[in-house]
Amino acid sequence: FKYTQYKYLNQQCIILRAIFINNEWHSSVSGKKFPVFNPATEEKLCEVEEGDKEDVDKAVKAARQAFQIGSPWRTMDASERGRLINKLADLIERDRLLLATMEAMNGGKIFSNAYLMDLGGCIKTLRYCAGWADKIQGRTIPMDGNFFTYTRSEPVGVCGQIIPWNFPLLMFLWKIGPALSCGNTVVVKPAEQTPLTALHMGSLIKEAGFPPGVVNIVPGYGPTAGAAISSHMDVDKVAFTGSTEVGKLIKEAAGKSNLKRVSLELGGKSPCIVFADADLDNAVEFAHQGVFYHQGQCCIAASRLFVEESIYDEFVRRSVERAKKYVLGNPLTPGVSQGPQIDKEQYEKILDLIESGKKEGAKLECGGGPWGNKGYFIQPTVFSDVTDEMRIAKEEIFGPVQQIMKFKSLDDVIKRANNTFYGLSAGIFTNDIDKAITVSSALQSGTVWVNCYSVVSAQCPFGGFKMSGNGRELEFAWLVGNYGGSMISELNRIQIKKA
Amino acid sequence: MATTNGAVENGQPDRKAPALPRPVRNLEVQFTKIFINNEWNESKSGKKFATYNPSTLEKICEVEEGDKADVDKAVEAAQAAFQRGSPWRRLDAPSRGRLLQQLADLVERDRAILATLETMDTGKPFLHAFFIDLEGCIKTLRYFAGWADKIQGRTIPTDDNVVCFTRHEPIGVCGAITPWNFPLLMLVWKLAPALCCGNTVVLKPAEQTPLTALYLGSLIKEVGFPPGVVNIVPGFGPTVGAAISSHPQINKIAFTGSTEVGKLVKEAASHSNLKRVTLELGGKNPCIVCADADLSLAVECAHQGVFFNQGQCCTAASRVFVEEQVYDEFVRRSVEYAKKRPVGDPFDVRTEQGPQIDQKQFDKILDLIESGKKEGAKLECGGSALEDRGLFIKPTVFSEVTDTMRIAKEEIFGPVQPILKFKNIEEVIKRANSLEYGLTAAVFTKNLDKALKLASALESGTVWINCYNAIYAQAPFGGFKMSGNGRELAVLCLLQVTLPVSEKVGTGLFYLYVYSLIHWL
Repeated sequence: FKYTQYKYLNQQCIILRAIFINNEWHSSVSGKKFPVFNPATEEKLCEVEEGDKEDVDKAVKAARQAFQIGSPWRTMDASERGRLINKLADLIERDRLLLATMEAMNGGKIFSNAYLMDLGGCIKTLRYCAGWADKIQGRTIPMDGNFFTYTRSEPVGVCGQIIPWNFPLLMFLWKIGPALSCGNTVVVKPAEQTPLTALHMGSLIKEAGFPPGVVNIVPGYGPTAGAAISSHMDVDKVAFTGSTEVGKLIKEAAGKSNLKRVSLELGGKSPCIVFADADLDNAVEFAHQGVFYHQGQCCIAASRLFVEESIYDEFVRRSVERAKKYVLGNPLTPGVSQGPQIDKEQYEKILDLIESGKKEGAKLECGGGPWGNKGYFIQPTVFSDVTDEMRIAKEEIFGPVQQIMKFKSLDDVIKRANNTFYGLSAGIFTNDIDKAITVSSALQSGTVWVNCYSVVSAQCPFGGFKMSGNGRELEFAWLVGNYGGSMISELNRIQIKKA
Repeated sequence: MATTNGAVENGQPDRKAPALPRPVRNLEVQFTKIFINNEWNESKSGKKFATYNPSTLEKICEVEEGDKADVDKAVEAAQAAFQRGSPWRRLDAPSRGRLLQQLADLVERDRAILATLETMDTGKPFLHAFFIDLEGCIKTLRYFAGWADKIQGRTIPTDDNVVCFTRHEPIGVCGAITPWNFPLLMLVWKLAPALCCGNTVVLKPAEQTPLTALYLGSLIKEVGFPPGVVNIVPGFGPTVGAAISSHPQINKIAFTGSTEVGKLVKEAASHSNLKRVTLELGGKNPCIVCADADLSLAVECAHQGVFFNQGQCCTAASRVFVEEQVYDEFVRRSVEYAKKRPVGDPFDVRTEQGPQIDQKQFDKILDLIESGKKEGAKLECGGSALEDRGLFIKPTVFSEVTDTMRIAKEEIFGPVQPILKFKNIEEVIKRANSLEYGLTAAVFTKNLDKALKLASALESGTVWINCYNAIYAQAPFGGFKMSGNGRELAVLCLLQVTLPVSEKVGTGLFYLYVYSLIHWL
């Protein structure tokens, strides 16, 4: 039951498909399994053990045990924790090809992106987190009175982590990397659409030498396994990346149960503002990649493009030209530049929003419908003459659809850009230093990119304002007390591309 | 996993015990030239100098002797490697960290070779070199590899409509002069933080012990550091050392050695170009044993604290203050320990003490021992050289030592333990603080109040409570007063190898603190 064999291009590979607890593989308590698909072909890849509340209970027990004072994990030197995390990075590097193939096949990702960007990010993130393990310092404090006072930075305890399907392995490591670096134990629920790379990580975690119970992986569905984690009385913290809608449920459940700490990475409707003095080719390309990368399935997708009036028509023309260049097909095939959407639900939602765009009066410049007769493919779509009240300008699409809007004045565009419940990221294109600094400080956005977009790196904290999230990922320098604990102010990061 | 007592861990009962690491037999010394721009060069003057094995007194080999001209060449290479747009400057921070990580891997690969070379060159027991020196090197490299991409500046909300942020820039060409007591380890302590922050380096290893430094040069080349990032110039203090200290294109110098030479380095630095200076100098470190201490722990720690590395540690516990109620018992037990200490061939696994480093040190130690006898201290054991055995000195214990004796004031740097008596805490604090040194101190007591009081009162860069020589890459290390300027290791030393640059407002950071380590039993 632990694994299945899968043949691809005459190569046999092993796909692990059971629940990983205490460094061992378990079948589900209920006996149920769920299917996992290849979104490009709609073919079932295999069945995976389906975790539910009882399996989560088992996992949390194991994680709690591994976290006991005096356990191997608690008594390990911090530098040794760092060593284990580095070792895990080495193992991922060794299995890079296998993991990239799995990610591409299960997640509909273009293979070269999976290999270079996803896996590259995975390895770098782990190595970054490994370095922090023995550098998380407290302070001595000269307080009033004759006291010796100092702070220590303690691990929080058992961390529940719910991973999305858009960057399955990368998000898995963004969650476990910092958590393990600080000495926590984890119970991870990968997305039901994409559990395979997470389960392979189970075998690498065991091979690297992490003590049993430090990392536990329970594949399953949100309403069952995910809800069990969010409302578990013995989980100290929950971290979630996914939709704002589900994020709210999680925070609610956390409040209702045991006030577990919550960090959320949610959706976005990120604005990209292009001023007339911008380098037009640079802006077109970054704005394009910003919304179309990974079939538009990025929380940071630049899905509201505000272009200054005087360059509007030219910008639209170049963007449409760029959008028409895609080759759709099976993401494992070389030469293919766009893969499928992840599943039927997303596919239908995107098509519905595209229809709304047409109905509400936006001008369809290219695309606008599905592609092919198998798999969840959607043509790259560009809308111009989009106005702020249209659904496509307000709702997160999460698909290959670009909205281009016009603006006249700086103050006006700042207002419009901020006029959303979201606040994850934003982009500004201009050569004027004053505009760059003014606008970037004015935007209510967790990250602001200037003359670039989608630049994400392990060293920088990442997260959203407002309903795009709570807290920051990969944020070590501001650790005061608990991991993911007191966040007193929003952290705004401004990243300017240097010429 | 080898253990020093050969005990079986996790194995089948009938399996053999894990073997101790073995030195490399008939090791040939491959690297004896000056290392500049990843190439091996002969000295400009053509001169060479010999390096000796202090256990056998035989010459190991000859090494190219650098002088000012070679230092100039090295600095030129280091400057070129530091130019804006150079491969080293353009390398992103995580990649710098990766190179340090890989250097640690290579040091681990060649651990036995390096430990053998270190033992040949210094006379320290091979197992100490393998398990302590080399372990420290590997861990320090890995620690700083992790910092490379985490050196963050800040944004600052100043008055007026101004954007202000700080960045930490590498200083530039850093000079480092390292000692002979922990040649490779002290080199790594200097090299790792400097490279971590993106500097380039010109190093001078001690003339008594250049071999492991030069071997490390070969590993630096193998790992792939760009040429000119690390340059190693063996030679003597008055020539190479002085050239580095007063070089106008070196922006920072780090020196570990005697207080006497430290003063010369700082003078030369000021005289030339006000280069930044960090110094790790001598110590005459007090070890305070209270009546309520765990006596066996105190005796053992004090013993290792003064005798480790043949007494050649800046942290040597060379003034042991014992509260009068437990004084006689403490002395008795310490003498027992000292008499049992095995002195001999550093390649013999049973040896705990090898020879002193050279004739000069040997003579100085014997001179101080004689002064002890003359000035009225009671010689409990040892007190002379091991008959006709070269540079070996018997582990020596003096009791009834008083503060005015030379052995209570001057750094001995040999296997000599002076034990003094005290009556109360206030008195011992005054006496412990009375010297110009202030590197480390140790306190043995079970009483929490005493521990905290002494930790704050002692003018000492590090205070150990119920432990000794607990030194880790993660914790800052350095001295008060004339034991040094600045701190090595930990993040604080990174402030010494970077320049905080602020775009609008200048920020100044000044640290003066004591660091205490409490060993939780």
